[in-house]
Amino acid sequence: MTNSFSEFAKSKMFLVIGSNMTEAHPVAATFVKNAVLNGARLIMVDPRRHKLADFAELHLPIKVGSDIALLNSLMNVLIEEDLYDRKFVATCTMNFEALKNKVAEYPPERAAGICGIPAETIRDTARRLASVKPAMLIYTLGITEHTCGVNNVMSTANLQMLLGNMGMECGGVNPLRGQNNVQGACDMGALPNVYCGYQKVIDQKAREKFQKAWNVPKLPDRNGLMIPQMMEGLVSKKVKAFYIFGENLANTEPDIHKVEHELKSAEFLVVQDIFQNETTRFAHVVLPAAAWSENDGTFVNSERRVNRVRAACPPPGEAMPNWWIFTEIARRMGQDWPSKSARELWDNEISVLSPNLAGIKYRRLENDGLQWPCPNEDHPGTCFLHKDGQFTCGLGVFSPIDWTPPAEVPDEEYPLVLSTGRRLYHYHTRTQTGRCEGLNDMLPEETADISYADARARGISQGEMIRVKSRRGEIRVKARVTPEVPPGMVWMAFHFREGNANFLTNAVFDPVSLTAEYKACAVRVEKI
Amino acid sequence: MSNKIITINGNEYAFTEGETILAVARRNGIDIPTLCHLSGATPTGACRVCMVEVEKARTLMAACALPASDGMVVKTESPKVVKSRRMTVELLLASGEHDCVVCPGAGECRLQELAMRYGVAGKKFPKTKSRYGLEDVNPMIVRDFSRCILCGRCVQACNEIQVNRAISFGYRGKKSKIVAGEDMALKDSECVFCGQCIEACPTAALMEKGARVKIRPWEGKKVRTTCPYCGVGCQMWLHVKDDKIVKVTAVKDGSPNKGRLCVKGRFGFGFIHSPERLKTPLIRKDDGGFREASWDEALDLVASKFREIIAKDGPDAIAGVSCARSINEDSYAMQKLFRAVLGTNNIDHCART
Repeated sequence: MTNSFSEFAKSKMFLVIGSNMTEAHPVAATFVKNAVLNGARLIMVDPRRHKLADFAELHLPIKVGSDIALLNSLMNVLIEEDLYDRKFVATCTMNFEALKNKVAEYPPERAAGICGIPAETIRDTARRLASVKPAMLIYTLGITEHTCGVNNVMSTANLQMLLGNMGMECGGVNPLRGQNNVQGACDMGALPNVYCGYQKVIDQKAREKFQKAWNVPKLPDRNGLMIPQMMEGLVSKKVKAFYIFGENLANTEPDIHKVEHELKSAEFLVVQDIFQNETTRFAHVVLPAAAWSENDGTFVNSERRVNRVRAACPPPGEAMPNWWIFTEIARRMGQDWPSKSARELWDNEISVLSPNLAGIKYRRLENDGLQWPCPNEDHPGTCFLHKDGQFTCGLGVFSPIDWTPPAEVPDEEYPLVLSTGRRLYHYHTRTQTGRCEGLNDMLPEETADISYADARARGISQGEMIRVKSRRGEIRVKARVTPEVPPGMVWMAFHFREGNANFLTNAVFDPVSLTAEYKACAVRVEKI
Repeated sequence: MSNKIITINGNEYAFTEGETILAVARRNGIDIPTLCHLSGATPTGACRVCMVEVEKARTLMAACALPASDGMVVKTESPKVVKSRRMTVELLLASGEHDCVVCPGAGECRLQELAMRYGVAGKKFPKTKSRYGLEDVNPMIVRDFSRCILCGRCVQACNEIQVNRAISFGYRGKKSKIVAGEDMALKDSECVFCGQCIEACPTAALMEKGARVKIRPWEGKKVRTTCPYCGVGCQMWLHVKDDKIVKVTAVKDGSPNKGRLCVKGRFGFGFIHSPERLKTPLIRKDDGGFREASWDEALDLVASKFREIIAKDGPDAIAGVSCARSINEDSYAMQKLFRAVLGTNNIDHCART
């Protein structure tokens, strides 16, 4: 997030796009709702009419995967009607002409056909957005989990730059991160192209710095593989050994049949986790890890806040902290690492090696933590980025972007779009929430959410077992007939093995980020 | 701060337009007791505990609702005020079950605190029995209406703080009750079990089912930590007794969640103590099953396999996925293992899903 949660309740205008906040980020949503009760305005863009729509003055139920067409068209209107922030565009951005030419191709009448939103509503939305400044844009996986995910993200940034909503309190582009420490895992360099602090592995200077710090003669100089490439590598035998730490890939990745074939192909699979799960079935070695409340350490939240995690109880049996396990493997392979606790790892390695985190030390994290960038130990941390229009690379660059449809669109054989997401009472594959009294009672099984129109057309009644089929697989699941879902759409989560939507999802990926298109594939619903 | 002045208990204080007497007092360390007041919500002035004496006013005034004004002179503990508070507490104690000896909330009950502070024994009036009993037909929240004093904090927490709009005041007069929807069980209502109402409840009318009658306020230890679920990073207290987490509460005013949690944060900790947790390393047997192994054996096997594969196929034949749920230090150590020890950049995590 460019901005912070503390700004939500003070904001005057929100554009929430592809974010089912009330279920996936409930506490963040409370602040948006507080702001609305205080008079803030909320425009929600989402194919589904989820709970947040009750608080929105306008809900645009766009067709799945039409985000870029809508955003381009909003920008078309803003430029056409001279409603954009000329000063911000002139002083803080570049490449405006290219953007202008591109969005000129998206008049509301054209976008209406792609998005399913009337042209006049698109114009109205653009005018409303321009009428309050700043407006805060919030998005989640509805934007990123598409084959055009990166382009979707860039389009949200284009819009906010055009409106001059960047670099200020209560504005910005704010992706709500799904996992407690997905921000941190990125910050730590658990990515194939960067070390901690986003220092590139292909940069010789960075390599030299880490070679020295880690006391090794040489570090690999080419970007590594991303998850989908690793998995495919298991089949092609390019990858022989696979080490999975705390992920249940057998349920979370698209097209489970394909994933399981890949996992089965591993010559040597190590899984490090707190429970046996669908993925450990394929493991050769399973290593028992200490869980959340058994570790001292830190998480980084969506707003870049480094906060402490503290041990409250000992791990069961012989389970050990994950960093200890990695340290022990390193030792067995000839490297004796100096840090012997999470605190030593952070204070003596991570914050020393990452310029953004240099000022963050455990002793400064006793209360509410610190938000990076925090370059030195006197720095108070940073609530919002790009202050006064100062972008990391100088000027904010507009990217002219074309709309592209999802890789698989409905046809006669598979006439409905399946979109997937999360529900309130469970988290991912339920390895944790499935073992919590209460949560499991509140949501004991998966459903396929379908519209009244589609249910009626197929003679399906509420709660009836149905078959949902895609080109990749089929599942039996209960129908939940609901006004939340528009005709033509099926919506599911992937919390349960039984009826898991990932038996159906399409393993196609954004070409840059390799994010899978969990939000769109074609399915057929049948009465059993 | 304007140059307008209010006098409280003989001392002068500046205030900003719109600030209530309660807010000015609290800001200056003067303790005016409250029951129904919920920070961040609209003042209701319902409980009459915060009544103060305001010079030239005909009656006592509610400090939580009355804005300070220039030249106002206020007494917060005058005999008249204390008499009124005693009466209020007497009446509250007479209505419903407030039997501290067997009450699971004893020790962290605002009503009990007030009774102690003002020396109220609760014997002045005959007890009126509560019309409504206990509701525990859901797995998370117990509603004990006999201990409810109708302060309305839960209603505010639900409607103004979390804005889930599940509960409200129902019926009238002595039949008054906090109702979910049209007076249905929580589990059948719009309630999403965030438990903010428990956090707001000043008595034991609302409690976590799993912790009720299991832990006393002074038992065990409280450990501050960060929620393990979504990326908001809510700050929470783990209440730990005998090495077991018994309940979770929000860190009041902590950032970013400002005292709020959701259902997963508050009630999603049971997995930690699940008997299904992995307790020893496991190694695959020839027959397909697993056998238990020592750390030495398991880690030696991993290291030797990795060495073997590196020797044969090079370091890029190994790939790893880190965990976006675990701590930073774990992800750092894993990417260091892959880069510095194994010699490959094939390290990733689920950043993109």
